[in-house]
Amino acid sequence: MDFLRPASWEEALAAKAEHPTAVPIAGGTDVMVEINFDHRRPDVLLDLNRIGELHDWEVGEDTVRLGASVSYTRIIENLRSVLPGLATASHTVASPQIRNRGGVGGNLGCASPAGDAHPALLASGCEVEVASVRGTRMIPIDEFYVGVKRNALAPDELIRAIHLPRADGPQQFSKVGTRNAMVIAVCAFGIALHPSTRTVRTGIGSAAPTPIRAKAAEEFLAAALEEGGFWDNGKIIPPAVARQFAELVSGAANPIDDVRGSASYRRHALGVMARRTLGWTWDEYRGNERSARCA
Amino acid sequence: MAGTTRTPTNLTQGAKADAGIGASTLRPDGTLKVTGEFAYSSDMWHEDMLWGFTLRSPHAHARILSVDTSDALAQAGVYAVLTHDDLPTEHKKYGLEFTDTPVLADGVVRHHGEPVALVAADHPETARRAAAKIKVEYEELPVVHDEASALAEDAPLLHPGRDDHHAHEVPHPNIVHRQPIIRGDANAAARRADVIVTGEYEVGMQDQAFLGPESGLAVPGEDGGVDLYVATQWLHSDLRQIAPVLGLPEEKVRMTLSGVGGAFGGREDLSMQIHACLLALRTGKPVKIVYNRFESFFGHVHRHPAKLWYEHGATRDGKLTHMKCRIVLDGGAYASASPAVVGNASSLSVGPYVIEDVEIEAVALYTNNPPCGAMRGFGAVQACFAYEAQMDKVAAELGMDPVEFRQLNAMTQGTIMPTGQVVDSPAPVAELLRRVKALPLPPENQWESAGQTADVRALPGGLSNTTHGEGVVRGVGYAVGIKNVGFSEGFDDYSTARVRLEVVAGEPVATVHTAMAEVGQGGVTVHAQIARTELGVQQVTIHPADTQVGSAGSTSASRQTYMTGGAVKNTCEAVRDKALQLGRRRFGTFHPAWATAELLLEGGKVVTDGGEVLADLADVLGDDVVDLELEFRHRPTEAFDIVTGQGFGHVQYSFAAHRAVVEVDTELGLVKVVELACAQDVGKALNPLSVVGQIQGGTTQGLGLAVMEEIIVDPKSKVRNPSFTDYLIPTILDTPTIPVDVLELADDHAPYGLRGIGEAPTLSSTPAVVSAIRAATGLALKRVPVRPEHITGV
Amino acid sequence: MRVTFTVNGREQEADDVWEGESLLYVLRERMGLPGSKNACEQGECGSCTVRLDDVPVCSCLVAAGQVQGREVVTVEGLADQARERGGRATDGTTLDQAKGWQAKPHGAQAAQPGQLAPIQQAFIDAGAVQCGFCTPGLLVAADELLERNSSPTDADIREALSGNLCRCTGYEKILDAVRLAAARQDEVV
Repeated sequence: MDFLRPASWEEALAAKAEHPTAVPIAGGTDVMVEINFDHRRPDVLLDLNRIGELHDWEVGEDTVRLGASVSYTRIIENLRSVLPGLATASHTVASPQIRNRGGVGGNLGCASPAGDAHPALLASGCEVEVASVRGTRMIPIDEFYVGVKRNALAPDELIRAIHLPRADGPQQFSKVGTRNAMVIAVCAFGIALHPSTRTVRTGIGSAAPTPIRAKAAEEFLAAALEEGGFWDNGKIIPPAVARQFAELVSGAANPIDDVRGSASYRRHALGVMARRTLGWTWDEYRGNERSARCA
Repeated sequence: MAGTTRTPTNLTQGAKADAGIGASTLRPDGTLKVTGEFAYSSDMWHEDMLWGFTLRSPHAHARILSVDTSDALAQAGVYAVLTHDDLPTEHKKYGLEFTDTPVLADGVVRHHGEPVALVAADHPETARRAAAKIKVEYEELPVVHDEASALAEDAPLLHPGRDDHHAHEVPHPNIVHRQPIIRGDANAAARRADVIVTGEYEVGMQDQAFLGPESGLAVPGEDGGVDLYVATQWLHSDLRQIAPVLGLPEEKVRMTLSGVGGAFGGREDLSMQIHACLLALRTGKPVKIVYNRFESFFGHVHRHPAKLWYEHGATRDGKLTHMKCRIVLDGGAYASASPAVVGNASSLSVGPYVIEDVEIEAVALYTNNPPCGAMRGFGAVQACFAYEAQMDKVAAELGMDPVEFRQLNAMTQGTIMPTGQVVDSPAPVAELLRRVKALPLPPENQWESAGQTADVRALPGGLSNTTHGEGVVRGVGYAVGIKNVGFSEGFDDYSTARVRLEVVAGEPVATVHTAMAEVGQGGVTVHAQIARTELGVQQVTIHPADTQVGSAGSTSASRQTYMTGGAVKNTCEAVRDKALQLGRRRFGTFHPAWATAELLLEGGKVVTDGGEVLADLADVLGDDVVDLELEFRHRPTEAFDIVTGQGFGHVQYSFAAHRAVVEVDTELGLVKVVELACAQDVGKALNPLSVVGQIQGGTTQGLGLAVMEEIIVDPKSKVRNPSFTDYLIPTILDTPTIPVDVLELADDHAPYGLRGIGEAPTLSSTPAVVSAIRAATGLALKRVPVRPEHITGV
Repeated sequence: MRVTFTVNGREQEADDVWEGESLLYVLRERMGLPGSKNACEQGECGSCTVRLDDVPVCSCLVAAGQVQGREVVTVEGLADQARERGGRATDGTTLDQAKGWQAKPHGAQAAQPGQLAPIQQAFIDAGAVQCGFCTPGLLVAADELLERNSSPTDADIREALSGNLCRCTGYEKILDAVRLAAARQDEVV
């Protein structure tokens, strides 16, 4: 096994071009488990820790550029106001020790359906900046997950940053695990209200071969909100609408039975989380609207 | 919880001064444990040591057609590869009760993860790579995985031609042991019952999940023997099993206890002991073996999963008339402690209640599932979950308060057990229930913080942010249990202590040497306290535990403070007598009290029972050393009759009661245990701080079984979750406040009147939590761990 | 490969490190610092917690090569670190007396009175140590909590320690120990 320690992004890209099978390691919270338990013996480990820019973030007018290695702890501490969905999801990641090391780039690199960041990323509608010696490209999050633990990266590409729209409305994230901390998702759900476009986006984790959106549910809800003038009148969403939204979220999932939970429970729990998180985000939206009107 | 700040005034702090029994003196190993210097078995290191690695079976039941180790041996850095054929003597099996477990697979593997071959190499990675090059050809065989498949007409026999001591009395060779208990006439009594309640219950396979994985270091000796540093619960039992396999006399296998990172029953059987010794003797080099967590799940036995059928009857006025039950324990591929677990499950199946007419049957099966054996609670845990569920059910049927119903039927001192044994020491069952019930309930809706948002840390789901109060319902439940203390059924249970009293630098110093395995329980703390109490000295040194002194028996069955504590007390008394004889010889003529008064050792002096100081102990001893090694036994017990189950089988009983307060997210099926209060009779608290720590720890393991802990075995008998990612134990956010109320009613048969305490809190914790979940949800909940699926019904 | 980094204030070097080795392995097996424990090696128990450039991490999930040139503090360095922070060593008398009957396995040197960090002393005093295997990781995590939050609520303590499993104590005495250390910190100020 070789251990490469590039000091700059350019060096890292060159190394990845030279060793396309090299496994990038940043926080190590997935890769090292595989090595410790003899599930993986890469020829080359490519350490990204030395590349300072991967740990930086920039909050712009409309978007946040989040370096691939920014730790979950930093996201929780610094980006809650601009990326509330991702910050809430980050808080559910494993343990403080893991949150101190792991970052969104790792979640995307592994592309495990159980990664906690995915539902929030899908709900936000972000883009993933990937690069190789051949150049840089932006992959919309909707096109990023291509199979079980497979993503849209070419063998010579590395994830550099995630470009997330600044939250233009309330966002929530919720995950079911059978323990109150340090637990892998049985299933998870993220929702983001986008009042500026009058749309709603969602993300589902651990309930299909890849992280997915519940598009039918999103479309149904957007239409129902539009039709009832809810964005403007800020009324409570009728229970029937919430219920229908929940059922559509549930129906979007394609879960399996495994040691963490049954497929039917996952579907059920997604419905409950969808209904509750919709309630929380809508309450917040109404509260904001009211205070905006009062001001 | 939010907004609560530290409450240092509530702390139970260790006593400032060194003190004798009854004080909360601090752990003698505490400093080393907080600085990181305490040497656990996985910390052992030796110049030039090799790393051992175990190749394990991927199948639960298979014939081994061939093993080719040549490629592995050819690897650079590999020093030895061993298989069954390399075992040095005709003793190729070991076992706790039956000698049925192959050191390395003998042509057949009987469970997933069974050891097949060993590698020693200069680096753990070299050893792993070499093991991967061992070619093993398997032919898979059908598995026996439950009672039906084990007892089917054409069932494969796990151990054909059994010659163990239960072989001739079991109804089927795939039954390890069967223990019926018949007392009175249950059928006749059933006719007096106004209500009859039946139930079927199931307990999943729990793991001890001690944090320090199996590990140790074997160092070959110049005399052809071996020194073994290892984490175990019983050095001498290990020694008895190891030496014959190595072909060495026991004195050439010198065992020293290393730091033990928890045990809970999981180190009662051997794991890597023989393997490390074999590799060390073969290579002539020190060999270290450390299991990782994955391997650890295959490296030790687990708690027996169980299916239990119960029938209880009661009269309208709330008196239990009779009980019938059948308990089927899955023992897995090898016997381990299964026979004794059967004895416990059977004899304690009634619980702490007065029922005169009973019909009981408990069996353990041989299957191809993972071997099961000792775990804290040992057969009593499974029964307690079922009989306590039944108590709630009968009370509900009668329209009675479940606590009052239990109290009405609670056993007391003088109650006759179903085995015919009279309970001849305090049994404050009703009082323990009264105490937990009398505690104030924790405040409601603790997640509502001063701010606007709910504190999710105080809600079901915790940090995962699944509810802000929606769907959350509170429930309260109670349970009480009975556990035996010490080894039962006629076992010659003894412990040994060597105590040396001498003057060092002008001060009398006692050295206590036992083979007791300190696994975290605090035995070393109480031994020093006992020596201080009995010998009146300040300075006590605890000698490392090893096999240079007689057996201490196992650190299990809640027995060590009773047994090795008793042995230390017993030897100290004899040492004191010798010291006083010395005093009489030296100073007897100076004061008449030497001859006439009852003399004590206190504060480094010889004093009369009236308090008069006769001499300094240092002067009494002078240059003499008093050094004695004595055995201590509890009163004898007898085996249970194999047909009727009658017999004075148990030494002592231990009782604890719990009240659980839970909040359940009824829509998602997630549970937050808000408070888990315990009341326990401990006879005499030798170290109150340690007692409370044991009760809280045991309670938490019971909580784990109630809501999350289970090794999942598939129908092909393969373990599906051997990791801390999928075998979940409670975190600090899952564990509630655990108020503990300690009752001290002396047992006159026991040293200082003490009662073994380690296991009882693990029993009643589980059913109390499940009872509370039932109260919150109205569901029957017949199985633990309770999963979200059970609560949501999807 | 060779890896050089600072451990508990001293520069340390390890040679012939296999590239797949973790920081935990290097500390334990190559640097004679077995205080950090190997209980799960998958980031699920916290027993191997160390500070890496001040931040608590699971050392089992840090590749040895990743710590080149960095600073690591382990349980063995807690007392020194506490002294540098200007914290006093706590009540030596208790410890001295406790040492009167200390078990002393081969060659092990117990710390001298006053040589413990406040959090270490608090763990002993509160009865937070049983088997002790989780203790080093918990100490590192709890010490870091008290460094950034001198008066944590119970909920804060629980959250900060939610990555550290303990199988013996039921956590109650661990909470007591952190409360005690925080209270003693207040007394000093």
